[in-house]
Amino acid sequence: MVSAWAYNRGMSRRVVITGLGVVSPMGVGIDALWEGLCAGRCAIGPMTRIDASGFACKHAAEAKEFSSARDYVPKNYRKAVKVMARDTEIAVAAAKLATEDAGIVTKGYAEENAALTYEPGRLGCQIGAGLINAEVPELSAALSTATDGAGAFSLAKWGASAVNNLTPLWMLKYLPNMLACHVTIIHDARGPSNTLTCSEASGLLSIGESMRVIEQGRADACFAGGAESKLNHMGVLRMQLSGRVAPTEGEEDGASIVRPFDKDARGLVIGEGGGIVMLESEETATVRGARSYARVLGFGAGQSPSRGDAARRAEGMVVAIRSALRDGDVEAAEIDAIVPHGAGVLRDDEAELAALREVFGDRLASIPLMLMSPMVGELSAGAGGVAVAAAAMALRHQMLPARVHGGSPDARVLAGRAEKRPATLRRILVVTNSLGGQNAALVLSSE
Amino acid sequence: MSRTRVVITGMGWVTPLGDDVERVWSRLMRGDSGLAPVTRFDAATFSTNFASEVRGFELDPALVEFAPDAHLNSRFAMSAAASAWKSAGLGDVRSMGGEAARRAKIEPGRLGIYLGAGEGTPDFDNFAASNLMGWDADARDTDTARWSEAALVRLRHASEMEQEPNMTAQHLADVFGARGPSFNCMTACAASTQATGEAAEILRNGDADVMLAGGSHTMIHPLGMTGFIRLTAMSSRRDDPATASRPFDSTRDGFVMGEGAGVLVLETLEHATRRGARILAEVAGYGASADAYRITDIQPDGVGAGAAMRQALEQAEIDPAKPDSSGRPPVQYISAHGTGTKENDSIETRAVKLVFGEQAKRIPFSSVKSMFGHLIQAAGAVELMTCIKAIETGWVPPTINLRHPDPECDLDYVPNSARDMRDRGGVDICLSNSFGFGGQNNTIIVKRFSP
Repeated sequence: MVSAWAYNRGMSRRVVITGLGVVSPMGVGIDALWEGLCAGRCAIGPMTRIDASGFACKHAAEAKEFSSARDYVPKNYRKAVKVMARDTEIAVAAAKLATEDAGIVTKGYAEENAALTYEPGRLGCQIGAGLINAEVPELSAALSTATDGAGAFSLAKWGASAVNNLTPLWMLKYLPNMLACHVTIIHDARGPSNTLTCSEASGLLSIGESMRVIEQGRADACFAGGAESKLNHMGVLRMQLSGRVAPTEGEEDGASIVRPFDKDARGLVIGEGGGIVMLESEETATVRGARSYARVLGFGAGQSPSRGDAARRAEGMVVAIRSALRDGDVEAAEIDAIVPHGAGVLRDDEAELAALREVFGDRLASIPLMLMSPMVGELSAGAGGVAVAAAAMALRHQMLPARVHGGSPDARVLAGRAEKRPATLRRILVVTNSLGGQNAALVLSSE
Repeated sequence: MSRTRVVITGMGWVTPLGDDVERVWSRLMRGDSGLAPVTRFDAATFSTNFASEVRGFELDPALVEFAPDAHLNSRFAMSAAASAWKSAGLGDVRSMGGEAARRAKIEPGRLGIYLGAGEGTPDFDNFAASNLMGWDADARDTDTARWSEAALVRLRHASEMEQEPNMTAQHLADVFGARGPSFNCMTACAASTQATGEAAEILRNGDADVMLAGGSHTMIHPLGMTGFIRLTAMSSRRDDPATASRPFDSTRDGFVMGEGAGVLVLETLEHATRRGARILAEVAGYGASADAYRITDIQPDGVGAGAAMRQALEQAEIDPAKPDSSGRPPVQYISAHGTGTKENDSIETRAVKLVFGEQAKRIPFSSVKSMFGHLIQAAGAVELMTCIKAIETGWVPPTINLRHPDPECDLDYVPNSARDMRDRGGVDICLSNSFGFGGQNNTIIVKRFSP
């Protein structure tokens, strides 16, 4: 067992991905995602989770096959599902799928007297989350009991008594750290635990932090990734107010909407889902005979300014990518494919393209991109985990999934429509920007 | 290969007792309290109608320009960070046009940010009004089309956007011209201790030279107060708000909501030395654990809290069971999480005893939440700053309002008056605890710097 003393000696350990847990608009499980991506199936359709008639966007990428975490938690934990927001339910299911895929036995699901793969204290958990929105109908039901004679809201009545119409645990459902909280309880993961909240960068930053935690010997294995669903009243409303969603009409073909790196980009489509990967130290994974999808070679993060031209707004991502390459001792020329964020929002994609061009130069036009957003939409805090899971599958199968694109991408980037194809893939870069300027980059390696 | 050393070279805060480090410290030494009835909104009928508010705060107009829409939480953070930068001898950011890093000769990509900033303030009036307009009383459900029509008119993009918890990091990056690693974590009341600890790890790993670390938060708004009232976590001592925060006292009945920010400048020792910085303290150890117990309750034996303290002690190479070489306890001050809830204070006491054994009763162990209230996500960074002041001055702050001993809380909480430790060998090593709803436990150990 590696202790903090090893860490004090400045030791760094190798980190591998041994399990993939995904809940996405393609379905539940990594196979559903991978098959969908390879087939070029677009999971964007009419928004049904809430009535979209009053919103500009009538489409969404919904995780339709996922209804509840009930079937993914131990029997004695089912009651707790009631206090989980959908974001948390997705994370809980994805975490379970990740342990199953990795062949890791944790307390929550162990048969009686079965040996646990890791001591609870050596199991960490870094899960990215969004600002979880309070359910409007639930809150409105309580608020509606505090009106004055004219039907307007009365704070005095609310404070005096109506507040009691809200369930006591109301706030606990919406704390972003509840994703990690439930996952750590279910799996008895008592090592370092964190909840990163950096919008779309949350998931990838969390995986980077997990990598460091294992490298430094603070844990042997970590749940890493993120989950989010903005398909609720405030989520959709905020996205629309931000001016980043593609206005759509109900009859449109979902596959025509999202256009990453395209001057005619229409905006993003709100998706929901999550990806939790099991990261393990190579050392302990090898001892237990685990198979590994990929090695996590390098991680970097960087912050962009909110203002300025695309080149300036690209600065944080350039720092992130270069740091990840340096950390993994990899040259830009050795990157065989890139999973970008590419939400399909012109302003954001321009900055991302500028960053990729800055690092890869003209060669960018010949590095295949694995585009997620035209098929699964904007997964927000769930995006990083799902992207890393897809990259891990590409490395394992030596296969580039299909590309869907609603328009015609910039010629300086390889992002046009394509069928899946076998490819020699040694190193894949996963990168993301975010609304809020945080960027993350991760280099995965097939060996 | 030896471990990279990380030092603290600057610090700034915005607290209910003021925003000048020295003046706030002297108020803590006097045992002043920031608690009073809520003024931010009309809380008259709320079962908890008092809090510990930051009063008379106004962000410098030169900083407002960087983020005119910034909410109070981000404004607190910008102000605290500007003070920290100045105290680190890095200059006055107000006059640096967003190029503070470059002007201080720090490569922008090597200046990072790690915050435990909370969410911004909800636009409660417009949110509540939209919800009522969208409410279909007969169906007992929200009519979404009607709701969206109302909400799209009433709610504003800028204000909604500023509620995102990562906006504070964006604003700091704009003010300082930081392009390095940037994170925001939300681990409830543990967040800014976690942020500071992880920022130290980023420096140790060589991913940055300088980090701005800490947190900021305000939940003194109708929904924030509502949430904690429903959880029955807050004191409801409406008849005596000034003494309502009573950590470790047998009559304690919950925490008192505070607000504010604390930001520290962390650097690698090498970087600090190269630029000739004044070093306030060294980050000796950091620990993080999860209770993995229950969503509402703390592990009753203090196992999770103990694990975080043990990790930090191990990293700092301190044996908690033994006095130090001059006979003092192994750490000379513990800044308690000490919220004033029944559960926290007795379990934290148990955890400290679990870790320090016979030494526990020798260690001054106080809660400044008795004076500040609970700054939620900002609490940890602010409390860590009090540890640094304790090392600097040789005095430790008191736990005020501690008049009725609780048999379950039987350690030395420095009751009611600050203590001069100089005749007992002074204070060289401090441990600061933060525990969050949801079970995160974080501990940082800082020590007097010696080359």
